[in-house]
Amino acid sequence: MIESLWGALPEALQTTIVIVAKIVAIVVPLMLTVAYYTLAERKVIGFMQVRIGPNRVGPRGLLQPIADAVKLMFKEIILPTNANRFLFVGAPLLSIAPALAAWAVIPFNETWVLADIDASLLYILALTSFGVYGVIIAGWASNSKYALLGAMRSAAQMVAYEIAMGFALVGVLLAGGSLNLGDIVQAQSGSILHWFWLPLFPLMMVYLISGVAETNRAPFDVAEGESEIVAGFHVEYSGMTFAVFFLAEYANMILIAALTSLLFFGGWLSPFQGVPLLGEPSLFWFLLKTAFFMFCFLWFRATFPRYRYDQIMRLGWKVFIPITIVWLLVVGLAVVVELPWWFD
Amino acid sequence: MGFDKLVFYVFAAVLVFAALRVITCRNPVHAVFYLVLAFLNSAGLWLLLEAEFLAMTLVLVYVGAVMVLFLFVVMMLDINVAEMRAGMRRFAPVGVGIGILLVVEMALIVRSSAFSPEKFGNLVRSPADYSNTKALGSVLYTEHVYAFEIAAVILVLAIIAAIALTLRKRPKTRYQDPARQVSVRREDRVRLVDVPSEKRG
Repeated sequence: MIESLWGALPEALQTTIVIVAKIVAIVVPLMLTVAYYTLAERKVIGFMQVRIGPNRVGPRGLLQPIADAVKLMFKEIILPTNANRFLFVGAPLLSIAPALAAWAVIPFNETWVLADIDASLLYILALTSFGVYGVIIAGWASNSKYALLGAMRSAAQMVAYEIAMGFALVGVLLAGGSLNLGDIVQAQSGSILHWFWLPLFPLMMVYLISGVAETNRAPFDVAEGESEIVAGFHVEYSGMTFAVFFLAEYANMILIAALTSLLFFGGWLSPFQGVPLLGEPSLFWFLLKTAFFMFCFLWFRATFPRYRYDQIMRLGWKVFIPITIVWLLVVGLAVVVELPWWFD
Repeated sequence: MGFDKLVFYVFAAVLVFAALRVITCRNPVHAVFYLVLAFLNSAGLWLLLEAEFLAMTLVLVYVGAVMVLFLFVVMMLDINVAEMRAGMRRFAPVGVGIGILLVVEMALIVRSSAFSPEKFGNLVRSPADYSNTKALGSVLYTEHVYAFEIAAVILVLAIIAAIALTLRKRPKTRYQDPARQVSVRREDRVRLVDVPSEKRG
């Protein structure tokens, strides 16, 4: 019955329905992860600071994200006087759209990927470079000098770290010999020592740290900077528009964690490759690695004091970019001479 | 009409609209956003032509970097529209003249045999595993290597020129040296002195 109904649909509609279903299957778990990531953040940081963290709403505080979401949804959205309405409301959308769209090319295992395109690494680079617009537009459209100055700060930071990140990705595509994320993971097949974290160790560190800076997270969260400036570019935002900025920030953190595990830690490949049962590649490994790097984001926040702004800029331009360029030469040489173990 | 044709017309229409708004917009910041929209739509057109590398690079370089710097500058400037319109009458004939010249030149090129439909009539769709990036790279680093290198040198020159223009050292400017700041030890900064206590009297 259902099959015959399905068959009666035109082919174009069938494809559309399948694609939409896949998108839902990615976005819904992602949004749930974002919601519970905020809870995990408060719990983990609470634990590290010897506090309890949220424990009032629901059993052990498990319903806290739902309560937060409901609160934010029903809060009034205040438009500042003389603010540019269209851009003011559009800015949060512009920051969440790239954060979600990038997930289209993330492979979850050998076959589970929404769009298996050839240039998926380039696509990721292009989309993550887009995120800075949400920040700039938010700062400008608020018609407030605090927001504008905050936007300039974080935009300059994001642009600086994007370059180092891009160079680190160039190293990965050199080593993997492909722009396709799935192929890059396959190129790391072998054992835990075949994964790219070892030959590309400096690039991996640069990528991870730049990822933290790119998402404006502690210790690079001068955009937030609660002790110096109020909240940077989103100081005028309230209610749902404010919440969307945070959704974007957390979705970006998860994206960086997923990309780190794909590009440098073998994605869905098992660390015990060759061992029966445990050595099978599976979605489970990918999620485990991603969860670890997501935890690292929280760990950093609880551990490091905030960077001074001039030190952030110095680290990005004068330390990371030279490191990546030098290591690109090393990787290029290793690929040319077909260095045994990794590139043969 | 196939789906890709529909997509083409949507992209093309938005592109032309955005390009027109770039020059008719009164607010310079809006004009920059329309330019971003125009870039995105032309990237979409390139994707339709299966030039995914060019499309992604356009977004990455122009939308992600160049336009951000544009926005920085435009937002910081307080542009007075009335002042800009002052010379309108004087410059209009020159502008119209250059515009006509550009249209004539483009018409000449587009109508020439190099762009004739016969020449592109037998375009083939490349198979799915054809890598546009690889093809571009292999031509760029072999056939056109000199042009490529010269372009790179010109870009480096531009970087050096920009740095040379902005890097001014005045004798009184003070800089922080992070290496020295980091390597500071307690002994360099703290000196413990024994102060003899006063006699109680």
